[in-house]
Amino acid sequence: MAALTREETQALIEEVLEVYPEKAKKDRAKHLMVNDKELESSKKCITSNRKSLPGVMTMRGCAYAGSKGVVWGPIKDMISISHGPIGCGQYARGGRRNYYVGTTGVDTFCEMNFTSDFQEKDIVFGGDKKLAKLIGEIEMLFPLNKGISIQSECPIGLIGDDIEAVAKKTAAEIGKPVVPVRCEGFRGVSQSLGHHIANDSVRDWILSNRDNQPFEKTPYDVAILGDYNIGGDAWSSRILLEEMGLRVVAQWSGDGTLAEMENTPNVKLNLLHCYRSMNYISRHMEEKYGIPWLEYNFFGPTKIAESLRAIAAHFDEHIKEGAERVIEKYTAPMNEIIAKFKPRLQGKKVMLYVGGLRPRHVIGAYEDLGMEVIGTGYEFAHNDDYDRTIKDMGDATLIFDDATGHELDEFVKVMKPDLIGSGIKEKYVFHKMGFPFRQMHSWDYSGPYHGYDGFAVFAKDMDLTLNNPCWKMIKAPWDKQEAEAEKKAA
Amino acid sequence: MANIMIRKSDKGYVFYLPKRDIEDSITSMEFDTPEKWGGEIKLGNGGVYFIEPQAAPARLPYSVRARRVDGVE
Repeated sequence: MAALTREETQALIEEVLEVYPEKAKKDRAKHLMVNDKELESSKKCITSNRKSLPGVMTMRGCAYAGSKGVVWGPIKDMISISHGPIGCGQYARGGRRNYYVGTTGVDTFCEMNFTSDFQEKDIVFGGDKKLAKLIGEIEMLFPLNKGISIQSECPIGLIGDDIEAVAKKTAAEIGKPVVPVRCEGFRGVSQSLGHHIANDSVRDWILSNRDNQPFEKTPYDVAILGDYNIGGDAWSSRILLEEMGLRVVAQWSGDGTLAEMENTPNVKLNLLHCYRSMNYISRHMEEKYGIPWLEYNFFGPTKIAESLRAIAAHFDEHIKEGAERVIEKYTAPMNEIIAKFKPRLQGKKVMLYVGGLRPRHVIGAYEDLGMEVIGTGYEFAHNDDYDRTIKDMGDATLIFDDATGHELDEFVKVMKPDLIGSGIKEKYVFHKMGFPFRQMHSWDYSGPYHGYDGFAVFAKDMDLTLNNPCWKMIKAPWDKQEAEAEKKAA
Repeated sequence: MANIMIRKSDKGYVFYLPKRDIEDSITSMEFDTPEKWGGEIKLGNGGVYFIEPQAAPARLPYSVRARRVDGVE
């Protein structure tokens, strides 16, 4: 193994920081660390959820992206209005491929862009009237919508529109929930605050809508939280839970409906996949309704088996047997997949820089394939994410928070991973450098990756990318020029 | 003053500060009887908070106002 030692990794961090001015260097140093499994808390070693430095390239999104793009957007029978100028909504409509069942434009609306299209006069005179008119038009044109959410873009907060008043007035008129969400893009340091704001608005406007209404309960009711059904992820998770005997009442929010969300307070256990974006609502339900929550990980057979057993431990013998039965059933086909792909992937090194749950959750899946994650980082994590990551990562591996373009480039040049998993903003740079790359935000237009079925796709995709002969033929344009210049000089 | 949430895990009380997403174990609590509960609480990360002593909550998790006395934010 060519993995770096602790000293080498530390030296690499120092080398990378060298180019920054003194003040920036001091700040960025706090966001990079060498992992030490012995650590109990990440607090002293890594700083997170801080404002990005001006002047460096960051990969973060905004609060609007966190609310509309992640949490509210995938709810299929609600219409999310992008309230403000048109661009934000246009680039946030189903971009993460949150799959759903339904007829778009009739009873489901994820891929459509509803916006109030702010013009100068709306900024000057306020956009409340326009919003009220828009909601009326939506109700006339799309009568099968189950509710509306108003996702504020930056100008709404800046000019001080009262969207709450409009929401209350129009909700009474159309007789459906209208949820004002104050997720203006300038709030917070990253999309993470958008998740929090979205969770809080669900809590205030949606969650208690059906309290004290009759609901046919079973002892095996669960809800899937924080699974956005990217490429069908939630479906490949859901079938496993149903196979072991549980009843999935709600999916939050991939392929989820408003009714499912309103019924969630009736479940016995909340299953939380993306901790970062939905722990807030889980904690609220635990306090208000006494529903315990459990983090699980459905990437790779080892972690799936662990998670299924952990979930079953909350229920009776019937479910425990069910979990064992499911694990048993999939063991043989999974071993077959591992036998096929492990020889092709064994010992390869991976570097990740993603958001949400992936920088730590996919480690198990790579390990199942005999691969090693040598560096990982989050765009917008908080310290509780790093606390969890330290345990999952190997000793002396590199952990980075809100990495800049320069840092990523340098890390990759020195550590030379065999595969890089990151977002679309990094993709083409690393392509040009000739590194195998997967876009891990939405599975590079493949998927699902969750569950046993997902692992089959995951293993195949990693093999296809890593062992593709094209990478050896690529020479970065900047290297080419240098080579030519040298030739000319000689 | 900050709103905090106190939960119970298998290892004892857990402190959670939603505004800052700080989650940590509570290593000691000054008063922990059904009649009198709260007081000064010490966290695993070295922080110290103060909860106005009160009757113990009927059910956990429980949200309560707390004052930061000392230690890291």
